[in-house]
Amino acid sequence: MHIVDGALSNTVVIVGAVAAAGGIAMGLRSLTLERIPTAGVLSASFFVASLIYVPVGPSSVHLIMNGLAGILLGWAAFPALFVGLLLQAIFFGFGGLTVLGVNTVNIALPAVVVGLILRRLVASGTPVAGAIWAGIGGALAIALTTGVVAISLAASGDEFIPAAKLVFFAHIPVMVIEGLLTGFAILLARKVKPELFETVKGVHA
Amino acid sequence: MAHVLEQGDTTLTETGAAQVSGLIGSLDPRIRILAAIGFGIVVVGLSSLNALCAAMLLSAALLWASRLPLGPTLKRMAMMDGFIIFMLVLLPFSIPGDPIFTLWGFAASWQGLWRAVEIALTANAVILALMTLVGTMEPVTLGHALYKMRVPEILVHLLMFTIRYIEVLREEYLRLRSAMKVRGFRPGTNWHTYRSFGYLVGMMLVRAIERSERILGAMKCRGFSGRIYLLKDFALTAADRRFSLIFVIAMALLICLELAWR
Repeated sequence: MHIVDGALSNTVVIVGAVAAAGGIAMGLRSLTLERIPTAGVLSASFFVASLIYVPVGPSSVHLIMNGLAGILLGWAAFPALFVGLLLQAIFFGFGGLTVLGVNTVNIALPAVVVGLILRRLVASGTPVAGAIWAGIGGALAIALTTGVVAISLAASGDEFIPAAKLVFFAHIPVMVIEGLLTGFAILLARKVKPELFETVKGVHA
Repeated sequence: MAHVLEQGDTTLTETGAAQVSGLIGSLDPRIRILAAIGFGIVVVGLSSLNALCAAMLLSAALLWASRLPLGPTLKRMAMMDGFIIFMLVLLPFSIPGDPIFTLWGFAASWQGLWRAVEIALTANAVILALMTLVGTMEPVTLGHALYKMRVPEILVHLLMFTIRYIEVLREEYLRLRSAMKVRGFRPGTNWHTYRSFGYLVGMMLVRAIERSERILGAMKCRGFSGRIYLLKDFALTAADRRFSLIFVIAMALLICLELAWR
């Protein structure tokens, strides 16, 4: 779902860059000295998760897991996902340079929204209930991401509207899979390390 | 993205690994970052085919000067094209104009085709320049250079932590995957696969958080206070000034070319 250089209009690129800078600043404010290692290692985990391919019928999709990032990191998901996108662009050539802001907002804003709405629900109740809320969050984050990608394409010109629609429909199976995997990941984390949701709460503060 | 990494390929260069020398490798990292950003902004602003082709040639020259292995670098660039190909193929059909041919009742237009070519050239030129100018840096040097360029300290810390632990965590992921494999796990489109992958991600996160607790303890023990200590200072040399001058002239030529052929 990376957008590349040269496709978007200047207005969209600038709005994206400003919004990304704001989000990153919010995220950095929530990161105290004690939280830097946790956020850094989680940021690396989400980078590695994006290398995992999951089969869907004859094809496969790679994980994004931005909903999970939002649930675990809150606002800190913004700088953490930005760093991942920056490294992908520099060392793998994925995405682009001037569109880095837009791409960051497209991935990180849904993460933060899902994190803020569902964080408490995921951390409370039985592990299964938490996992179901996390699953909803995982699917919702992808739905929101495709929505924002579609908006940034459509706002750049009417000629991209077919591409924007294609992006949305092509990602419906991704939503299902991200939802399932996020749910199971939280189920395991709740059972194996229940205190994680106490320690992680500090990141949001 | 796993298909980008071949067997034995590491995700990022190791700290202290032998650096790619060549013309680009000896330049000041700050100059390289600024050049990549400047190139990106100028090329995104171009729209004439001549100027874009010139920009692509400039990127190719940078690739040659960086002495990166040609094959793998171009393969990575082609990966990105694989992602955007659908959008590019749709463009001739969604932009109205003089028709080239019709396919199942949809007319492809010349205007749309040129727009698609324009986007493809821009995207490839910018990403190639970024990979050759900045991607050839040792990741830790990148962090230090960004810090020198007044990027917030915490963001640089986050970047350096991520760089440091990507390879560690990828090895852990591969260990878990081989553990699954020896127990007869075969991925497919079924509930069992998705549950196993979910648990895999969950386990990686739990281990990552436990690892981060140990890291914090170790860092505190050594007096971590959030400061970044530079191991060596950056200084501009005559070669850096020459490169900057040539690069600025090249950018100016690109802009002239754009204005002349508009």
